[in-house]
Amino acid sequence: MKEPKDLTYGPGAPDMRAGVFSNIGDRIFRGVTLVFGAMIMTLVILMVAEMTRNSTLSFRQFGLGFLSHSEWDPVHERFGAWPFIYGTVVSSLLSLILAVPLSLGTAIFLAELARGKLSVAVAFLVELLAAIPSVTYGLWGIFVLAPFLRQYAEPALAAAFGFLPMFRGTPHGIDMLAGGLILAIMVTPIISAVTRDVLMAVPRTQREAALALGATRWEATKVALSYAKSGILGAVILGLGRALGETMAVTMVIGNRPQVSGSLFDPSYTMASVISNEFTEATSDLYRSALIEIGLLLFLVTIVVQSVARLLVWRVGRRLKEAKA
Amino acid sequence: MSAERGVLYRKWLDRMMLGMTTLCALIAIAVLLLILGYIAIRGASVLNWNLLTQLPKPIGETGGGIGNAIAGTLILIGLACLVGLPVGIFSGIYLAEFGHGRFGSTLRFLTDVLTGVPSIVIGIFAYTLLVLPMRRFSALAGGFALGVIMIPVVTRTTEEMMKLVPSTLREAALALGAPEWRAILGVVVRSAGTGIATGVMLAIARIAGETAPLLFTALGSRFWPRAIDEPAPALTLQIFNYATGPYEEWHRLAWAGTFVLVALILIINISVRWLTRNPYRTGH
Amino acid sequence: MIKKQKAVSAIQWARCLALTVGVVLLISSLGCSRDRQATISLQGAGATFPYPLYSKWMSEYQRLKPNVRIDYQSIGSGAGIRQIRERVVDFGASDAPMTDQDLNAAPGKILHIPTVIGAVVVTYNLPSVNGELKLERATLAGIFLGEITKWNDAKLRAINSTLALPDTAIVVVHRTDGSGTTNIFTDFLSRSSPLWQQRAGKGTSVNWPVGIGGKGNEGVTGQVKQLPGAIGYVELAYAEQNKLPYALIENPAGEFIKPSIGSTTAAAAGIISAMPEDFRVSLVNAPGRGAYPIAGFTYILIYQNQAHTAKGRALVEFLQWAIREGQEYASAILYAPLPIELVPRVYNKLRTITY
Repeated sequence: MKEPKDLTYGPGAPDMRAGVFSNIGDRIFRGVTLVFGAMIMTLVILMVAEMTRNSTLSFRQFGLGFLSHSEWDPVHERFGAWPFIYGTVVSSLLSLILAVPLSLGTAIFLAELARGKLSVAVAFLVELLAAIPSVTYGLWGIFVLAPFLRQYAEPALAAAFGFLPMFRGTPHGIDMLAGGLILAIMVTPIISAVTRDVLMAVPRTQREAALALGATRWEATKVALSYAKSGILGAVILGLGRALGETMAVTMVIGNRPQVSGSLFDPSYTMASVISNEFTEATSDLYRSALIEIGLLLFLVTIVVQSVARLLVWRVGRRLKEAKA
Repeated sequence: MSAERGVLYRKWLDRMMLGMTTLCALIAIAVLLLILGYIAIRGASVLNWNLLTQLPKPIGETGGGIGNAIAGTLILIGLACLVGLPVGIFSGIYLAEFGHGRFGSTLRFLTDVLTGVPSIVIGIFAYTLLVLPMRRFSALAGGFALGVIMIPVVTRTTEEMMKLVPSTLREAALALGAPEWRAILGVVVRSAGTGIATGVMLAIARIAGETAPLLFTALGSRFWPRAIDEPAPALTLQIFNYATGPYEEWHRLAWAGTFVLVALILIINISVRWLTRNPYRTGH
Repeated sequence: MIKKQKAVSAIQWARCLALTVGVVLLISSLGCSRDRQATISLQGAGATFPYPLYSKWMSEYQRLKPNVRIDYQSIGSGAGIRQIRERVVDFGASDAPMTDQDLNAAPGKILHIPTVIGAVVVTYNLPSVNGELKLERATLAGIFLGEITKWNDAKLRAINSTLALPDTAIVVVHRTDGSGTTNIFTDFLSRSSPLWQQRAGKGTSVNWPVGIGGKGNEGVTGQVKQLPGAIGYVELAYAEQNKLPYALIENPAGEFIKPSIGSTTAAAAGIISAMPEDFRVSLVNAPGRGAYPIAGFTYILIYQNQAHTAKGRALVEFLQWAIREGQEYASAILYAPLPIELVPRVYNKLRTITY
């Protein structure tokens, strides 16, 4: 993420390298590291190639309609990915709606308010949320979150906001809302950690200038926020990337039903979940091919999301460096 | 008058918003404590020595444990390290030392892409690449899948850490007549060792908790792991099966398994943090 | 996460890491050497329906033959069929007979070995209802089609006048994985309702009109147990072991039959004369008085030509044991044993396996 900026000083400086490569050991060493680097490249290419090859059957059969058809019928071998795309997108967006304010608040607290040891300790605790394995979230979701949603939260929401279609229906506890909540908990540490780093990279002078002009701390913070906004956007997109690809925890609480429903109380299904549930048992080749096509789709979406996020975070970093220079 | 109210309003807003951010941090921590607390209560109450060392029993018989699953997870981690560490560390060295050209930046981008690939997709990849040709589900395929997940984390950490090593160290080595590869391996990599090791430990903590890529690779087993070309049990697979199952006994084992897993991961995380704390660092 | 590093403890770290990897490898080699002798290990995967029985069989069989290690993962009948086709397991298991299309796609001839008979029961979660729920065939199809959505629906009340059915929404729970249990159950629904036949049909996984999904018999049982108002279909043993109630189902003769070993055996007895040579047969709506209508054989799938001599022999010996001595364990965990007339036929089929 930090790009080398000064090529005359530091590792890899070209002037140091001139002539040194007469040494055979150096060439071998360089070759060895290159081979391992090439391995990563091969791995990614192989991954794309394998998945493309294995999904051609489904692609030939359904073409682009695969993305928009909402039927998932293994008996008659008609497969459409729309319910899974919908479930993935809605559960991820829901998680962002819940997690972004929480994460921004936490990040501001860590970067602007808390000092020294307190900040370090709180940041560490929040990061621990990212260390908890997915299956553990799922287990907790099934036995703690779902019963709570079913008995208390969802009936209360239905009573208060029942006029909205998204809060209608039977509270299951195993549904889109549960999936979104679990995802929100899982992406909070990512968004808040990256946002905190971005905020801390904002030069002190920005805030000090605002404070000197008589701004309150919150107003100074707002200055810092607007300075770092594309980096924060990058952090949110990184969180989105995590939410899109998350498998086990969501599978365990979302209800696993391929349907497009406006209600958060209805079970849903995500792309990653359908693969984990149905991949080993897809009896026909077309069925398996359709699942791999969903995997490929997920892969491509992740590449786009990752690239955009990295670009945004990196741009802030560069701008800040320029500002300092 | 209006200016007066403006000041009051701004002060109020300041308090209010900063208070809200504190509240956010408290909520995040509360959620963490809620989850960890639940695991500790449900898990610790069923934990005992037999549970940690025995094999699972068939349904209908009481007792039994998750010993094989713990062993299986450790073996899968070991295999993943065999795959992930060499590739990760050497590619990291390549990126830090020679990765300035177009190949380097492509590689850097692909490594980032690999970081974001959902683990379930890596599971499919390992299935088509290893399980189908070998005609068996195996610990090897599981270890490979986990290794692939490790690679980008280790690569990027290695690169970052090597770039932090002051170039004076390298120059000193070169000035003493060391060939460049010795200067890199013996001085730069060694100096960056703490950081690299930290990255490796965090990568291990991450793969220890992976379930999705093991579903179609390691498959799970009710025996002690025996050979790397046979299906292997794993703690996460066991937890998933037990959690989604109907038996009270299984739920008990699922909580116990989670307790062990989370304890393992938290110990790694906390000890890494403690070992790499920098006494000279002030603030952040 | 880590901003700056001091290089002081690098060597300790490297040692620490080497030690960790060393310990891991040591443990693995210990684990590996535990039973390294001439053990034959067999890997099976598939149906969750007979899993409780198979795990019992495998642990009993290991007491008899300590050198044969049989591992079985219950990942669904669809998976059993798929994985035996791919030859990544030594034997598959399925409650749904393979289709001709699947059989032709396999690289060798696959035999169906029936092991036991199971009943699929309709289980529900109505804490306030005591007494036995009766379900007509059309009503059951109506529930799974999403036409009947409340427990106090007139159709349910008409036949269950003695029960105080609550005004609760019905939550349908079904399998997400390819499942033989689903195949048996949807076979029954297809024969009970033309609309079902047309909308969803029968198969190991179908396009469910309503409901939420659980993975495996375990998953569905778990969901039904967790959700008040839920209705789902699982193997009898799963409902019984979890103390979940199950409904009496109307059979073609118009009787309401309680699923049990007796009524399942009655179903098998009605079909035995019409048993085809390859044992692929459905027990759904079997003729005969007292026959429970949602039942089926569960099969082990193996290649007729075994590639590996020692493994092939061990597998055949295990199956011979399972269809004879193994049958006595069946009724204790609520599977109906194979009808006695059928055992010699299956035994002879096993003898045609070459290794």
